Amino acid sequence: MRKLLATGVLALPLLAAPAAVFPALAEAGHGPKLLDTRFSFEGPFGTIDRAAAQRGFQIYKEVCAACHAMSLMSYRNLMDLGLSEAAVKGIAAEVQVEDVNDVGEKIERPGKPSDRFKKPFPNDAAAAAANGGAAPPDLSLIIKARPNGARYVFSLLQGYVDFDSLTDQQKAEFGLAKDYKLEEGKHFNIYFQPGEQGYKIGMAKPLSDGQVNYVDGSKNDLPSMARDVVTFLAWASEPHMEARKRTGVRVVLFLLIFAGMMYAVKRKIWADAH
Amino acid sequence: MASMQGKPPAFNSAVVRWIDKRLPIFTFMHHEYGVFPTPRNFNYWWSFGGIAMVMLITMIVTGIVLAMNYTPHVDYAFDSVERIRRDVPQGWLIQYMHMNGASFFFIAVFIHLFRGMYYGSYKNPRELLWMLGVVILLLMMATAFMGYVLPWGQMSFWGATVITNLFSAIPVFGEDIVTFLWGGFSVDNPTLNRFFSLHYLLPFVIVGVVVLHIAAMHVAGSNNPTGIDPRGPQDTLPFSPYYVTKDGYAVVVFLIFYAIFVFFAPDFFGEPDNYTKANPLQTPAHIVPEWYFLPFYAVLRSIPDKLGGVIAMFGAIGILFLLPWLDTSRVRSGRFRPMFKWFFWVFVIDCLVLGWVGGNPADAEISILGMHIPLLWIGRLATFWYYFHFLILLPLLGKIERPLPLPASIADSVLKPAAAR
Amino acid sequence: MASSSKAATSEGGAGHGDGVGRRDFLFIATGATAAVGTAAAIWPFLNNMNPAADTLALASIEVSLNGIEVGQAIKVSWRGKPVFIRHRTPEEIQAARDVDVSRLPDPEDDAKRVQKGHDDWLIVVGVCTHLGCIPLGTAQGETRGDYKGWFCPCHGSHYDTSGRIRRGPAPKNLEVPTYTFVNDTTIRIG
Repeated sequence: MRKLLATGVLALPLLAAPAAVFPALAEAGHGPKLLDTRFSFEGPFGTIDRAAAQRGFQIYKEVCAACHAMSLMSYRNLMDLGLSEAAVKGIAAEVQVEDVNDVGEKIERPGKPSDRFKKPFPNDAAAAAANGGAAPPDLSLIIKARPNGARYVFSLLQGYVDFDSLTDQQKAEFGLAKDYKLEEGKHFNIYFQPGEQGYKIGMAKPLSDGQVNYVDGSKNDLPSMARDVVTFLAWASEPHMEARKRTGVRVVLFLLIFAGMMYAVKRKIWADAH
Repeated sequence: MASMQGKPPAFNSAVVRWIDKRLPIFTFMHHEYGVFPTPRNFNYWWSFGGIAMVMLITMIVTGIVLAMNYTPHVDYAFDSVERIRRDVPQGWLIQYMHMNGASFFFIAVFIHLFRGMYYGSYKNPRELLWMLGVVILLLMMATAFMGYVLPWGQMSFWGATVITNLFSAIPVFGEDIVTFLWGGFSVDNPTLNRFFSLHYLLPFVIVGVVVLHIAAMHVAGSNNPTGIDPRGPQDTLPFSPYYVTKDGYAVVVFLIFYAIFVFFAPDFFGEPDNYTKANPLQTPAHIVPEWYFLPFYAVLRSIPDKLGGVIAMFGAIGILFLLPWLDTSRVRSGRFRPMFKWFFWVFVIDCLVLGWVGGNPADAEISILGMHIPLLWIGRLATFWYYFHFLILLPLLGKIERPLPLPASIADSVLKPAAAR
Repeated sequence: MASSSKAATSEGGAGHGDGVGRRDFLFIATGATAAVGTAAAIWPFLNNMNPAADTLALASIEVSLNGIEVGQAIKVSWRGKPVFIRHRTPEEIQAARDVDVSRLPDPEDDAKRVQKGHDDWLIVVGVCTHLGCIPLGTAQGETRGDYKGWFCPCHGSHYDTSGRIRRGPAPKNLEVPTYTFVNDTTIRIG
């Protein structure tokens, strides 16, 4: 008993440490919580809402593509989203693609389905130069490249606030420094890089209510459009997500049955060993 | 069945007999995996050696197939991995298997290692067996680190930069060694190429050391939960079919967990930053290594001196080589060591705390009851305890602890509780 | 399950009959499941080596025939191989048609090697059927061999204005790829 006590006393300082795992970290400069919502592609059985993703592509094409590249996507990929081959050919043919002809001259030709999405800028340096020094990130993987990516982008698109209309009290709530100044060409977004000198995003408010007109007449207020474009970007981040989950259900079911059989076999084999 | 051991096997097939006479691989397999006398009282913790073996094979097979589509060049590496995920048939599956397989390989190996610690599997006559295991762990860490660089994302690049810079702490030659490791003046194309080459080579070196590890185990025989040696056939069972089926069942259960992560949370162990292509001009806000390095990373950061930190970090693994001589107890199994048993779990928790500290920013704090405690101090305390456990506690415990009485034999320990039940 | 394992224990090693039958069935079923699982696990690794989606996307190409003058030929790349597209002159067509087909090494009618109504367009895969070299004769100024078609410099195979082998070691005529006329000035190969 005495030994047990001695053990306990020696171990005490260490036992305190794991208890510390539970209290929240004293976080500095964490901004507002991301908007709470559910997307069709979440959860082990979630799928991409094709209609929403197609509308999201329309938003990308008409709005985002002016600044943001999606260098990992090809026009042919859109067929996986349910667009017809003819539609994809039409979309591809709308852009002019740089190529080299038979005699080595640089030419521009209409795009083909096998071409990658056309980039708005020839390279990162040009993109940065045209956007006040901050190159707009490539959107191919944006949902995977940010923590809690889908909600983050969804919130970010709706997180613009007119800085000049903020009261001093609101500024204090965001934890802004006394000498906080929003530079020319920067915009205030409550979800972007929170901090004393944070919330400064180079991108101007990209979407507002009713900005994009859908052919199918779907709702085009800001939250609906944000959801649509996030659905498209989530699909683009991982085009095989549905196949992954589908395969996963089969594999796990198979392994569960197989584990049951292996357990029965093990029991039978061991029956004469005890 | 156990009485069959030692008899030469009689093979039915003439072809097998012909080969076996000239190259006795069948006799070898029969002796080492068929009738090999294995203690009858293994619990499921003993299955993790076999599970680790399955993961090693999984990593090699998926890796070879991935290499068929991977391009080790700074301009193409990131895109080639994404091409594997997007365009190569079933490439996403194999890439996710490889990516998560690394984590599950480490999970299996860590459990295997802690099992060895608890049951004193490193003690005489298994010291070399244990040290070969530590060599495997070191090789795995090197392989995993270089593998993580290959996708050439932001974490890949900055992880490689930070870890290779550790060597700059070496006095006098530090900078030259780092330049040598890089093959240039920063982590760049030559670095990526050599990491790919070595990442492909080292797993086969691991296989070689695993063979030695198993060979050493077959000389001394397996340890067992009681830690006492088998005294006769009544204490053992032939490896096949008893442990083939038991380990087989354990492997399948382990694969269920593996599959759940591969298919439903493939990015759980990863970092979002690695989905951004490497940018040598911009460091991510918070660089963290993969989870299996976190305890060691915490040790590194807890020492205020650069060289001291590096030594402490490598020492944390190096000390494992000395474990057989640091533990002075004559009793192997923690089951019969009332004090050690507790300190073992304290040590496990200590490692978890180190991992948790390593995963947080260097300047993070936690608040308990309104007090702000810097994580750095918790990391220092845990680092102290890590070394204290090995250097002070284990030598001391062997002297002051009074072990419980050992059972007369393995068979006794298995059959008596069963009869009582 | 508990009762059956007890039965196996009491029967001991000499057990035959019902217990053993069920035991065998269990072993066979588990073995079969393991085999199915292994096969299913191997499949992705084999399928992985098939052409990727971006490769397949380039499996068929469209080529504009605009600007290829009569008598000229161009070379385009298709599935990693050259395809020769020759705009034949009436004389070249005539020469190809005047041959006694039965006396050729690989007898084939010229009309079958071009598409009806597009007799002036000859489209062949530019890989010598001998050992895979690229025959000369497409670009202007290159030798076209003794039969005014193509000449393979590697081992001296001569092809005529229909791409048929006439003399030399090559066993077969130049292969005609699958192609269709999308319209009068565009073809799709593959």
